Amino acid sequence: MATFDLNDDSVVCIVGSGAGGGTLGNELAQKGIKVVILEAGGRHEIPDFINDEWASFTQLAWKDMRTTSGSWRVAHDFPNLPAWIVKSVGGSTVHWAGASLRFQEYEFKARSTYGSLAGASLLDWPITLAEMEPWYAKAEDKMGTTGTNGIPRLPGNNNYKVLEAGARKLGYKEVHTGNMSINSQPRDGRGACQQIGFCFQGCKSGGKWSTLYTEIPKGEATGNLEVRPNAMALQIEHNAQGKVTGVVYVDADGKQQSQKARAVAVAGNSLESPRLLLNSTSAMFPQGLANSSGQVGRNYMRHTTGSVYAVFDKPVHMYRGTTMAGIVRDEARNDPKRGFVGGYELETLSLGLPFTAAFLNPGAWGRSFTSALDDYPNMAGLWIVGEDMSREQNRVTLDPKVKDANGMPVASVHFDDHENDEKMRNHAYRQGAAIYEAVGAVRTFPTPPYPSTHNLGTNRMSANARDGVVNKWGQTHDVKNLFVSDGSQFTSGAACNPTLTIVALAIRQADAMAGMMSRKEI
Amino acid sequence: MRQVDRRTKVSRRVFLRGSATAVPAAAVAAAGVSIGPEAVWAQEAKNLKPHTMATLVLMARDIYPHDRLADVYYVQAVAGYDAKAGQDAAVQKMVEEGVAQLDAAAQQHHKSTYLVVAWEDDRVALLKGVEHGALFQKMRGDLLVSLYNNKEIWPKFGYEGASADKGGYINRGFNDIDWLPQA
Repeated sequence: MATFDLNDDSVVCIVGSGAGGGTLGNELAQKGIKVVILEAGGRHEIPDFINDEWASFTQLAWKDMRTTSGSWRVAHDFPNLPAWIVKSVGGSTVHWAGASLRFQEYEFKARSTYGSLAGASLLDWPITLAEMEPWYAKAEDKMGTTGTNGIPRLPGNNNYKVLEAGARKLGYKEVHTGNMSINSQPRDGRGACQQIGFCFQGCKSGGKWSTLYTEIPKGEATGNLEVRPNAMALQIEHNAQGKVTGVVYVDADGKQQSQKARAVAVAGNSLESPRLLLNSTSAMFPQGLANSSGQVGRNYMRHTTGSVYAVFDKPVHMYRGTTMAGIVRDEARNDPKRGFVGGYELETLSLGLPFTAAFLNPGAWGRSFTSALDDYPNMAGLWIVGEDMSREQNRVTLDPKVKDANGMPVASVHFDDHENDEKMRNHAYRQGAAIYEAVGAVRTFPTPPYPSTHNLGTNRMSANARDGVVNKWGQTHDVKNLFVSDGSQFTSGAACNPTLTIVALAIRQADAMAGMMSRKEI
Repeated sequence: MRQVDRRTKVSRRVFLRGSATAVPAAAVAAAGVSIGPEAVWAQEAKNLKPHTMATLVLMARDIYPHDRLADVYYVQAVAGYDAKAGQDAAVQKMVEEGVAQLDAAAQQHHKSTYLVVAWEDDRVALLKGVEHGALFQKMRGDLLVSLYNNKEIWPKFGYEGASADKGGYINRGFNDIDWLPQA
């Protein structure tokens, strides 16, 4: 494994090792480009993962202080946990469910398709599905996505079978076990899914793709990639010409270090990435780096989510097998006749008993609540993934008072649902309940959104520099050797889980960066 | 379908001596334990009054009532407050005052302490009067972990916990549902 000198200014320094940063790091390393990845969390490998929800949360989750505001229920129930994401090598690819869906064509064109919605800041992506298709194909091959490249889909578990039976009764057509980056058969040196469950707690079989045990070791094997765990980035530095020159971070021993770099890519997820840019103020960039537009941190999206759990008079054991075991795609279309624009997916989801208690209806107590838990073995569940409407005032800012252990202002997350989001969620609640009632549910629960797992849009991509933070390559409009490589690039969220698109963008970005380097543009 | 055995299992004989938290709850549940200040676990509290400990246990049951759970699991879930009260005078004050407030309301409406108000509905009405108070809020949040993260109760809810060490569910019923109507 390579180690690079702090003063080696020929390296590309990437902040974050998840879907965006981990993939970009490996792709650059494969091209012979030297890379240092700074990862805030520790390195927990497969044997370290714990099949226990709270213990795993303690091991993997990003628990550093954050603050919240806005009318979203998370701000009330989990005021210091706006997001449920990972602080560990591999980032949130350790905890993701594996769903790997492509955007639909219209979903790259939110503004032209949905029009000018009052209270929204919709914008078209500066790229199209046609441009992305070859990169999606590379990502699906890399990740071993089921239902692509001749890879069979996974077998459905009990939770899926309930969803499928109900959905078919309702007349839904596109119902299957999903496009999952979980091996249905051995592939790429990794074994097949053992239906363990606990997909959110780190995959103990390695059947699920994660940068932790795919991209990162492959990159390290080239001798061009160094991953530095427990390295918390504080600020990005720049020179008098306004080009970035390196990243200041706190190392595992609590010492402040500075890694020089030829280029910097920010991939710390949509809360930390804008926070890092906003914390990187200077006389030249008083509003923070890459923020001449004032758009850094704005347009925060989290998908219109929610869950429907249902109780039957017979057992389901929803927790057995893959957490996200199947999907209904029929509602993932733009049909304003339903009373809202954009669409949503319904995907199975299960929680163990401890997290069901914590998330089924936060704050609830008494027999109405506990009788639901009494029927835990008879419970099935699904998760709603709908497109939410970007809004300028939904944003990540620096908390004016609260600072972290390193004295840096923490991220403060403000979110208010758009009216369209509420209409979509209510539609999805009704359809989800109808699916389960069609096969005999005796009781259904419209469960509110969890702390956000899909955090998007806070450094959005735009054709015009005044509308966003990065261009179509994820390169910041203001600083040409500064890139954004995670979901914060998203111009709009689409009705699908974001990881496949983050990975496809990272592969494409690596190609673009290598070209810029060989042309001496950066 | 493979079902989960929900019966309480006692792997070895344990006597009801010492702190309740040091004894496997399943053993205590099998032996039987009741809620009251005279109980061994309540008498052994060092920093909170036995009456307070007993009231906390009944509050815990009334907040998250599960008839399938013996009292001992609620005893276990609140046992930590005694130690916390010893470490932090503010916790001790918050707990004792919270219980005193609840008892005052019980006296007003039922001329008795909370602990002996007979009907759950009546006790729940009293709890609703204090549900925004510090003690109730603390207990409701803490119990989500101290009660539901007790692995001993998981089988009673048909939850099997860790599975990787057992080879996952691929050969243990991940798709064994047998009652669904044919699509």
